[in-house]
Amino acid sequence: MYEHLETAENRDSLKRVVVDPVSRVEGHGKVTLLLDENNKVQQARLHIVEFRGFERFIQGRPYWELPVLVQRLCGICPVSHHLAAAKAIDQLVGVDPENLPVSADKLRRLLHFGQVLQSHALHFFHLSSPDLLFGFESDISKRSIIAVLADYPDIGVQGVKLRKYGQEVIRMVSGKRIHGTGAIAGGMNKALSKPERDYLLEDIGQIIAWAADSVALIKKVHCANLPYYDDFATIRTNYLGLTKPDGALELYHGGIRAKNADGETIMDHVDYCRYNDFIHEEVRSWTYMKFPYLLSLGKDDGWYRVGPLARVNNCDSINTPLAEAARIEFKAHGNEAMVHSTLAFHWARLIETLHCAESIEELLHDADLLGGELVAQGEKRYEGIGVIEAPRGTLFHHYQVDENDIVTKANLIVSTTSNNMAMNESVRQVAAEYLSGRELTEPLLNNLEVAIRAYDPCLSCATHAVGKMPLQLELIDAQGKLVDKLTKHSDGNIERHNG
Amino acid sequence: MSKTITIDGKTIPFEDGQTIMQAATAADVYIPHLCHHPDYTPHGSCKLCTVKVNGRNCSACTFPAAEGQDVLNNIKELTDDRQKITQMLFVEGNHFCPSCEKTGNCQLQAVAYHLNMLDDHFPLFYPHRNVDASHPDLMIDHNRCIFCTLCVRASREHDDKDVFALSGRGINKHLIVNSISGLLKDTDMDMHDHAAHICPTGAILIKRTGYQVPIGERIYDHQEIDAVSLATEQQHGE
Repeated sequence: MYEHLETAENRDSLKRVVVDPVSRVEGHGKVTLLLDENNKVQQARLHIVEFRGFERFIQGRPYWELPVLVQRLCGICPVSHHLAAAKAIDQLVGVDPENLPVSADKLRRLLHFGQVLQSHALHFFHLSSPDLLFGFESDISKRSIIAVLADYPDIGVQGVKLRKYGQEVIRMVSGKRIHGTGAIAGGMNKALSKPERDYLLEDIGQIIAWAADSVALIKKVHCANLPYYDDFATIRTNYLGLTKPDGALELYHGGIRAKNADGETIMDHVDYCRYNDFIHEEVRSWTYMKFPYLLSLGKDDGWYRVGPLARVNNCDSINTPLAEAARIEFKAHGNEAMVHSTLAFHWARLIETLHCAESIEELLHDADLLGGELVAQGEKRYEGIGVIEAPRGTLFHHYQVDENDIVTKANLIVSTTSNNMAMNESVRQVAAEYLSGRELTEPLLNNLEVAIRAYDPCLSCATHAVGKMPLQLELIDAQGKLVDKLTKHSDGNIERHNG
Repeated sequence: MSKTITIDGKTIPFEDGQTIMQAATAADVYIPHLCHHPDYTPHGSCKLCTVKVNGRNCSACTFPAAEGQDVLNNIKELTDDRQKITQMLFVEGNHFCPSCEKTGNCQLQAVAYHLNMLDDHFPLFYPHRNVDASHPDLMIDHNRCIFCTLCVRASREHDDKDVFALSGRGINKHLIVNSISGLLKDTDMDMHDHAAHICPTGAILIKRTGYQVPIGERIYDHQEIDAVSLATEQQHGE
C-alpha cells in the first residue's frame, strides 16, 4: 500500500522533519518524514527509540516473581502483563486454564475487565477526545483533557470517573490501583469481601450508562465526519485476536482467530501455546520495536492488526446485550464487512468499554467471587505460555525455567508490537494523502499523531506524563541547514526559532 | 528501688545485665534496629540502634544499661544518621522493593519508611551478586543481604547447624554457606529451621510462597515497624 515510503532512495538530499516525541501516547516514539524540494513526502517512519530489556533481566529470577515484576512494564495496563505472566506460570505449576479454580478464574476476569475499562477510558477521554472533539488541526491549547473539561465538562468528568471506577475494581481485587498483587501461580491470593463487592456495586449502574453514552458519542462523531473518518489513516489489513469457543468476543482466555482484509478466516480456535509455529518477528535496524507477521503469509503480507478494532471485527458476537447491540450497529456501518477505518479503533474501543462495564456488573452478582478454592496445584513443568487480550491487543508471555525454578528464557510479544507495521502504514498513508506537498505546520503534523494515537500504542509499555510531553519539530533543508524549529516545552510554552 | 536510666528524658527501669535495647523495649521505647533479635546474642553491626549515652555514641543492642545513664534516642541528629545508614544499606545491595516478594513484610523497607527515607541519596553500587536457588525449598538472593548475621546466629544458636557465615572484609564481605560446593543444597539447611525465617530483608526466602499474602494483610500494611517490633519483641523477652 504505502510501503514504498518506508525507505527513500536519495535520502541525503531530502529535507527531514521530525516529530519527537509523539505525544499523548504511552511511552516514547518519534516520526521522521523526508521531503523533497516540493514538500512531497518520500519517506515516513515511526521509530520506537527506547529500549527496556525486560526479556533479558528477568532471566535469573524465580518464576513466582514474574507477574509482579513484568507488570512494571507499564503503568497503564500492568494488569494485562500481570495476568499474562500469571497464566504462563500457572502452567509451570501444572495448572492449565481449565483447571484453574472457578473463583480464581472469575476474580482474574473481574480484574481484567476493570483494567480494560480504565485503560480504554483513559485513552479515549484523556488522550484522544481532544482531537475528536476539537478537530485534528485545532489550536494546541485545545489539545488536552483540560480543554475538554472546560468546553465539554460532562464528557470530561464522565471520562475521569469511568477510569476511576476501573481503577477501583483493580484496587479491590489486587490491593492497589497500579501494580498490586493478586494473581499467583495456580490462582489468586484473595477473594473479594462482601464490603468490597457492595462498594463496587454502588456505582456500576451509572458506569454502564456512561459507557453507553460514550459509544453513542463516538458513533455520532464518526458518522458526522464521513467519509473523512472512514478514510483517514485507513489501511486494509489482517486482524488477529482471541475469541471464545463460540466465536464471541473474549478478553481473558480463548483460541486465536485471524482473518484477512476480506473477512476470510486465516486460522481459528488455535491453541495459543503454539504461537511460535505461526507468528514470527522481524527486526529492522531503524527501530527498537520488532515486526511480527503470520508465517503462513510471509513478511510482506503476513502483518496484522490487534486491539479493539481487530477484536470487534473478528468476533461473531458479544455476550452482553448493550455491547452486542453496539457491535451490530458498528458492523452495519461497515456493511457487515471488515471495518478497516483506523479511526474506528475508537468506536470499537468504546464498544469494549461498554462490554467491560456490563461484564463487571454480571460478575459482581456472582457468589463465586466471594470465596471458594483459590489456588490449584499440579505437576511442575519447565515451560509456560500465557496469552491475553490486553487493552491494546493480543499479548504473549512465554517463559522457560530450570530445575531450580529460575527463569532461563523469556519472550514477550507486546500488543503494540503487533501493530507496528500497521502504525507505520497509517503514518505513511497520512503523510502521503494529507501532508505531502503542503507547507508543514505544527497543527498539520498533529495528523500524524492522531493516526498513531488511534492505535492507543504503548510505546514503552510505560507510564505516561499527560500534558507534560515536550515536542520539538525541526525543518532542515536539502543542504542540511536548519530552516525552522518549533519547540513545545514541558510547561506548555511554545517557542519558534528561525534558522 | 529499681535502677533507672533516662531515654529522651523518660525514666526507664532496668535490671542488671540488661542492655539499653532490652530496657527500652520492656519500657515501650522503640530504638530502630535491623541486626538485633531478642533471642540471639547481640551483634552490634548494623549501627541503626546507635544512641547517645552521656554524650557518647553507643550501640543500644550491645551496651549494658547502667545507673544514671542519660540516653538520647529519638533526636534529629541520630535520626538523620540512621536514615543515612539505611540509605547506604540500600545502595550497597540491589533492593528493588516494587517487585520484591518481601515488600510489606520487610524490616529494611519498614525501617526506611519509619525513618522517612524518601530516596537513596547515594549513588547505587549495582553489585553483581548471585541467586542461590539450588535448595529445593529455599532460596538465597544475595542481592538483598545486609550482613546482619541473624541467619548465622539463628543457625548456630537455635538450629545447632552452623549453615551460614560471613566471609571477606569491607566491601568484599559476603554471606557464605557451609558446604564444599558453596551451594545451599549441599548444606543440612531445612525450610523449617529458624534461620530460614529470620532474614529481615528478602535475602533468604521460602520458595514458591511469594505474594501469597495479599496487600492489606502484610505485616507492615497497617502498622509501622515501631509498633510491630515492640509488640513482638516484648513477647520474646517474657
